[in-house]
Amino acid sequence: MKGVLIAVALSFFSLFLLLPLVTVFAEALRKGWAVYLAALVEPDALFAIYLTLLVTAIAVPLNLIFGVTAAWTIAKFDFRGKQLLTTLIDLPFSVSPVIVGLMYVLIFGAQGWFGPWLMEHGVRIVFAVPGLVLATVFVTFPFVARELIPLMQAQGKEEEEAAVVLGASGWRTFWHVTLPNIKWGLIYGVVLCNARAMGEFGAVSVVSGHIRGQTNTLPLHVEILYNEYQFAAAFAVASLLALLALLTLVVKSWVEWRGR
Amino acid sequence: MHARAARRVLPGFPLALGYTLVYLSLIVLIPLGAVFLKTATLGGEQFWAMVSAPRVMASYRISFGLSLLAALINAVFGLIFAWVLVRYRFPGKRIVDALVDLPFALPTAVAGIALTAIYSGNGWLGQWLEPLGLKVAFTPLGILVALTFIGLPFVVRTVQPVLEDLDTELEEAAASLGADRWQTFWRVVLPVLTPALLTGFALAFARAVGEYGSVIFIAGNVPMVSEITPLLIITKLEQYDYAGATAIAVVMLVASFALLFLINGLQAWTSRRHGSI
Repeated sequence: MKGVLIAVALSFFSLFLLLPLVTVFAEALRKGWAVYLAALVEPDALFAIYLTLLVTAIAVPLNLIFGVTAAWTIAKFDFRGKQLLTTLIDLPFSVSPVIVGLMYVLIFGAQGWFGPWLMEHGVRIVFAVPGLVLATVFVTFPFVARELIPLMQAQGKEEEEAAVVLGASGWRTFWHVTLPNIKWGLIYGVVLCNARAMGEFGAVSVVSGHIRGQTNTLPLHVEILYNEYQFAAAFAVASLLALLALLTLVVKSWVEWRGR
Repeated sequence: MHARAARRVLPGFPLALGYTLVYLSLIVLIPLGAVFLKTATLGGEQFWAMVSAPRVMASYRISFGLSLLAALINAVFGLIFAWVLVRYRFPGKRIVDALVDLPFALPTAVAGIALTAIYSGNGWLGQWLEPLGLKVAFTPLGILVALTFIGLPFVVRTVQPVLEDLDTELEEAAASLGADRWQTFWRVVLPVLTPALLTGFALAFARAVGEYGSVIFIAGNVPMVSEITPLLIITKLEQYDYAGATAIAVVMLVASFALLFLINGLQAWTSRRHGSI
């Protein structure tokens, strides 16, 4: 029985998880290292890397600050509607990425509510970088908060109360008491948030407009190359994102191991 | 004022709550409200005509039907997977365990093109399957493969912790009372795992229904046959049919929120069950 179950699990694992991962690297290197490297240093690819890093560098800190604040509010204080607030924070996870993009088109698009006003004032949100940032912030919204809320609730508030009673200021208490306690959960949440921010496709695709060298993030660049039948280049760029995914899993496993 | 100060030793509550609520409203609630508000400008009849057109109905059947099937596959194999990871030792187990989360970490577009490359006519598996008459890429079967890929970690990661906490004494007791392995599994283990398994199933289903990136490359995207609902929303948007796109989005949002509600209930049930073991 044991042998059969292990065989079933490992077959499923190889077919559905290992094979796609190996495929990315095999297809990327199919035409050799020269083609692989050329696909990565080409100007559009470099711009896509830059834009992905830029969008992530804005979205992740915003959601980090929110996540810590929300977790502090929910875990350290009692108030009415706490359960509802916790549920609402999780809401973005149950919204299809495509609908996320649609929301921002409805609000800021040329035919949207603020579209005409924005156009008059020369501000572009949809089909421009701000739209990419908004969509990314939405899809990565819950990551940090949902890691920290249960962790901080489990830790209670006695240590912080002791610090405050002994005369520490709110900030000092946070930096010296709370932060060391939630360090691993925080890293965990940020790593997951970062992976999703760099890899988001659906939501970003709707608001991007796919303008090369202007609104093309890495996943969108992969799509364009793929649709142009430049398979080796598409997989080369995809392999960067796959490496990021592997790195994320390594850090995640390490944090889980350290956190225990 | 004094009473409040006495109750709350820790500072920062009004500021933290205020910031949380403002940020939540700006980023999540107001944009989501925009979708519903846009739909409210449509008449009831017009709305109904848009969300029940044949092509739209076909996309629901494809999206919801295949998501259900993928979640079922994940429930079965996810349970086996979690069981093997918790109960058995084998070489490479830690790596296998870490890689279970790959579908969470791998960008969906990357998963999409990788799966397409594997199952297309000249792909590693496609070249063997197609002569057998089994076309996977660019058919509904391809959608099923993609949805199974992205849903797997949900089941494994919800069942695994419950299984880890499950005392083997319970099974030993059942066995010593004369139950065979199947009876022990069906009557003792499965009832304990049911809430977690259902939660994982519902999470995998909810994720699959809204999935876009990993599906569109492998789906073929033929209207009425292999066109998922999220893609139909994008198609309508590209035709500047904002009202049509929004109406379908509202149907999907209502379904997603109903699922979220169900999942919250299931999770509460899991933790109650879990706590009582």
